[in-house]
Amino acid sequence: MAADADSDVVCAVRDLVKTYPAVRGRRGAPALPETRATDGICLDVRRGEIFGLLGPNGAGKSTLVRQLTGLMRPDSGSVTLLGHDLVRHPERAARLLAYLGQESTALDELTVALAAETTGRLRGLDLRAARAERDAVLEELGLTAIAGRPLKKLSGGQRRLACVAAALVGQRPVLVLDEPTTGMDPVARRAVWAAVDRRRARHGATVLLVTHNVIEAETVLDRVAVIDQGRVIACDSPAGLKARVSGEVRLELVWRESAPLDLPEVARLAGDAVVSGRRWVMRLAPDEARAAVAAVTGGPAFAALDDFTLATPSLEDVYLALGGKTKGLVKS
Amino acid sequence: MSERSSGALAQAVGPAPEPPPVSEAAASGPAPRPAAPLAPRARLLPALAAVYRAQLSRARVSRIPLLFVATFQSVGIMILMRGVVDGGSEARAVVAGSSVLVVAFVALNLLAQHFGQLRAGGGLDHYATLPVPPASVVLGAAAAYASFTLPGTLVTAVFGCLLFGLPMGGLWILAAVVPLAGAALAGLGAALGLLAPRQELATLAGQLGMSAALLLGVLPPERMPDVIVWARDLLPSTYGVEAFARTFAPHPDWAAVVLDLGVCGAVGVLSLAVATWAYRRAAVR
Repeated sequence: MAADADSDVVCAVRDLVKTYPAVRGRRGAPALPETRATDGICLDVRRGEIFGLLGPNGAGKSTLVRQLTGLMRPDSGSVTLLGHDLVRHPERAARLLAYLGQESTALDELTVALAAETTGRLRGLDLRAARAERDAVLEELGLTAIAGRPLKKLSGGQRRLACVAAALVGQRPVLVLDEPTTGMDPVARRAVWAAVDRRRARHGATVLLVTHNVIEAETVLDRVAVIDQGRVIACDSPAGLKARVSGEVRLELVWRESAPLDLPEVARLAGDAVVSGRRWVMRLAPDEARAAVAAVTGGPAFAALDDFTLATPSLEDVYLALGGKTKGLVKS
Repeated sequence: MSERSSGALAQAVGPAPEPPPVSEAAASGPAPRPAAPLAPRARLLPALAAVYRAQLSRARVSRIPLLFVATFQSVGIMILMRGVVDGGSEARAVVAGSSVLVVAFVALNLLAQHFGQLRAGGGLDHYATLPVPPASVVLGAAAAYASFTLPGTLVTAVFGCLLFGLPMGGLWILAAVVPLAGAALAGLGAALGLLAPRQELATLAGQLGMSAALLLGVLPPERMPDVIVWARDLLPSTYGVEAFARTFAPHPDWAAVVLDLGVCGAVGVLSLAVATWAYRRAAVR
């Protein structure tokens, strides 16, 4: 995948396998079969890039990340981070990377300032350095005004931002962020990406980002690995991935009440459409799509039409075209 | 569209994905092949202090009502026992047992709940991905919970002395009893919380431990059957209770006090070591 840039590889993953044992059913909990959460994953993350793991919930992203951060031992395979074997020495991960998990339980009862400061101290900073970095990061993320409030009294997005602040205190060459912007408003999201970019520009930090948000993946990632059922089904730049399905465009029609199926031009389209309520989504070749748009906007069907969009394929289309089976990617 | 938007980030950084030096890591040499140097570990004591401070601030916010509960519970028990016990060695045992019960409530019960919650809620990941010695996390939390019990223990002991007419000259021994019994019970609580397979079981174990401390510590041992006395001897808080109770005597047997406290301390070291091991086990699954 990156043979030419081999020396630039910060994190190399080879044939990573992790199987969760089958769970016996108990009262209130159904039995689960044995699950291969990561099924022979190979990845190369290069220095200074924002590398994304994209996939629906349950695809195995978080299990993969837990193995990359030394939190979980794989059954087999290797993880090399900055030249260190993390399968043999999982404890070294903490000295190479900063990790932002999905949970904030450990910080919830602390104030924003103390959460950042304590995390900095536990990352090996002395008191003065931890306080200086705390102040800088809170300022950078616009958290200074709420520095004295406990995390659990904050809104979901603010709490997440405070956790990002804690993750950024105490510089690390690799940042592993598991859905960092969940619940954040656009201002907070921009602050996070600006802060991440600053660390890339200044220190050449490498970022490994877990997301199930397609729009975010398209806008911030340099390269993305699409994960489905524990396997990497594609790995490329977002533009490169989308080029694979460039032969198709997506046409969305939203009807005012219900689709006028008595019209022949509409009835013809109905076969290709994925219907959800008043919304029809079709993936068509460009000339077919043009013809369809002309048909529904030029004739009597237009009166029943509420809205229509014609768009180039998104990463969601790529995911589906590659054979992704699970629905659950988010577009927002 | 994506061409432009993914380009915006690249522009902010620079045109080419040239590898900028990895800050401190670059100091080792130009070739990226050799392993990058590791950032320093957090040292034991500063990390312990940071955890202690963070935990104490948590306690201020959310645990003070529980401390009141613990204190009132002990005071209530002494008032009840006042009708049964007239004085002498039984009164000493009741006052000492009730005082140490405050420690058991907070250090054993609440700490077991805390670690159970932390483990169930994924909070241990936060600590496990920081280069902090496991002992700092366990000892810092245990110390915070134990030291948090000191005012409640003191109030209970003073109230008990007034109620049963015991001398207050020996109360200074609490300065040794609370940390040593606290260490033993907190280590036990942390280990229970970290080893319990489910959060509810951690809570249950903590509460059972506290009930044991209540029944075996507060009731005077003279009237107990042999089996119960053995169980009592197995409970680490017993030695704290005994040491404290001895200091009410007109001429305390200081050697026995020191021996009791020594047992407490030894159990404390042992249970904190078990808790540290349990933490390691829980952190990397």
